[in-house]
Amino acid sequence: MSNTGTNIIYGLYDDETDLLAAVKEANSQHLEIMDVLSPFPVHGLDPLLGLSESRLHVAGFFFGLTGTLVAFLFMTWSLGFDWQVIYGGKPYWPVPSFIPITFELTVLFASVGMVVTFYTICGLGPGVENPIIDKRITDNKFCIAFDASHTNHEAVNNFFSSTGATEVNQKTI
Amino acid sequence: MGAISSPIRNPLITGRKTYAQITEDICRPTERTPSFAWVVAFALAVTFLAVYLFCVFYTVWKGIGSWNLNRTIGWGWDITNFVWWVGIGHAGTLISAILLLFRQKWRTGVNRAAEAMTIFAVICAGQFPLIHMGRIWLAFFIFPYPNTRGPLWVNFNSPLLWDVFAISTYFTVSLLFWYTGLVPDLATVRDRAKGIRKKLYGIASFGWTGSAKHWQRWESLSLILAGLATPLVLSVHTIVSFDFATSVIPGWHTTIFPPYFVAGAIFSGFAMVQTLMIITRKVLNLKDYITLEHIESMNKVILLTGTIVGVAYLTELFISWYSQYPYEQFAFFNRATGPYWYTYFAMMSCNLLSPQIFWSRKMRRNVTVTFIMSIFVNIGMWYERFVIIATTLARDYLPSSWSMYYPTWVEVGLFLGSLGLFFTLFLIFVRVAPVVAIAEVKSILKSSGDQYTEKFEKYHHEKQFANEASDA
Repeated sequence: MSNTGTNIIYGLYDDETDLLAAVKEANSQHLEIMDVLSPFPVHGLDPLLGLSESRLHVAGFFFGLTGTLVAFLFMTWSLGFDWQVIYGGKPYWPVPSFIPITFELTVLFASVGMVVTFYTICGLGPGVENPIIDKRITDNKFCIAFDASHTNHEAVNNFFSSTGATEVNQKTI
Repeated sequence: MGAISSPIRNPLITGRKTYAQITEDICRPTERTPSFAWVVAFALAVTFLAVYLFCVFYTVWKGIGSWNLNRTIGWGWDITNFVWWVGIGHAGTLISAILLLFRQKWRTGVNRAAEAMTIFAVICAGQFPLIHMGRIWLAFFIFPYPNTRGPLWVNFNSPLLWDVFAISTYFTVSLLFWYTGLVPDLATVRDRAKGIRKKLYGIASFGWTGSAKHWQRWESLSLILAGLATPLVLSVHTIVSFDFATSVIPGWHTTIFPPYFVAGAIFSGFAMVQTLMIITRKVLNLKDYITLEHIESMNKVILLTGTIVGVAYLTELFISWYSQYPYEQFAFFNRATGPYWYTYFAMMSCNLLSPQIFWSRKMRRNVTVTFIMSIFVNIGMWYERFVIIATTLARDYLPSSWSMYYPTWVEVGLFLGSLGLFFTLFLIFVRVAPVVAIAEVKSILKSSGDQYTEKFEKYHHEKQFANEASDA
């Protein structure tokens, strides 16, 4: 994603407690927050922003199930049907021997699948260049951004000054 | 976060850091010109790496005959090295995954480096079975691919094949887990960098912005990967123990109880983390992030797992005596008193006896003692694998085929060279990536930074004082 041409107003805070208080205040003033950015995950922020719980684990379950089936069915087919060999007097379909590889492939499919899903839905990947609102957001600043075309500028500026934002800027990203 | 910690917890971040200082301290080593110590270490590591490459080339060129393996002793230093490196590779996942599930905050100071260590150790481990194959260019035979020989499939009953799947899964999952954790920190480095570095870190950081939704998913992903990696790490070493336990060699049945083998892996892995972190915190000046508190916590794990391993050794001896079964007795008494008695002695003294020093708090918090101990444990765990693998084979069923085994220079070169490979990778890592997880350390600052813990302590102290006053 390169520049989207969205005009934003954003305020920077120095501390996550100020940020949480500000988001609460924005909610009570019915200001529509575009995004909140922070240098580390701020706990307690998700419910305030109305973010529903991530469903990555659901995807993970189905990726894992795929792995289980691929491993178990492949081993069943290859040893049990395609080319039958007696190994150490074991039956052609030695289910207990299949457990380790079935487990490993379950974990492998679930992990790889979830990681790929994560980067895809977040729009992240090698070489992706997302607009950087402020370089200090990955350092020590906590940012609340509003879409400038959908908000009342005066209300937003008042909101930032009343909640203790240390800087307020406008930018096209 | 701002959550109140127990006042008896010591701070995990010292030096009254702010968020900006944390960024500065941890990013600095990737930005400045390498120190003289790093250059010397890197030159040494690359020299050993060259020795390694030469020995691999020599082995492949001449064949396995360049080693001293013989008809009786088919596994020697090679498989010993393999198991040793795999064991070392387990601490990273233990620190990052199991301690994440247990909500141990001290994990944040060391998890990044420990995970990197895991990946490099598994890379080293994976080499040995491949070289041992002799015809390394046929290594792809171990994968079940449609071939022109039938297709004749691989033997899914074999623990050696399970190992192929276990190690490759473990490597992949560890790599994904490590890199996903690294992405936000690479973005931090990107936002400080200029020119070509900015471009490279821009590519490596995947366009990370720090958006709230991304953080939420990132935390969710980390937690699930941790949940998957925890049984994975246990399964991997269990399967490594099956390599021996399912054989028909009496002495190899020592691994039939996988938890003992897993405890050994954790033990050696933590020792290697200590070795690396003690040097890293000094050379990169990260003593405020990798504190004595971290070192003490890891020493407690070393004490616990070392003692578990020791109990297993003694149980084996006791049971073989108690069984009154002469062959079983011979297998174990031969270990302790046979021609390889010195390897058994090294194993017992390094793994069982020496960690007992950590019952003393003073010793647990002594950096020099910890460093020496970590080397002892590394040596002891190498000998443990040698004792299980080679000394057992040296005295097998037929006294007429009893034999001895001493490595050739090629085998010694491969082992020392693999250390070169490991340290080369680790030294490159400390130069290009933040060695401590920046975002995770920031997230525990308010609960474990010294300026905050002192505040809690003061608060609790005053409250207690007030309560006592009101009681009186």
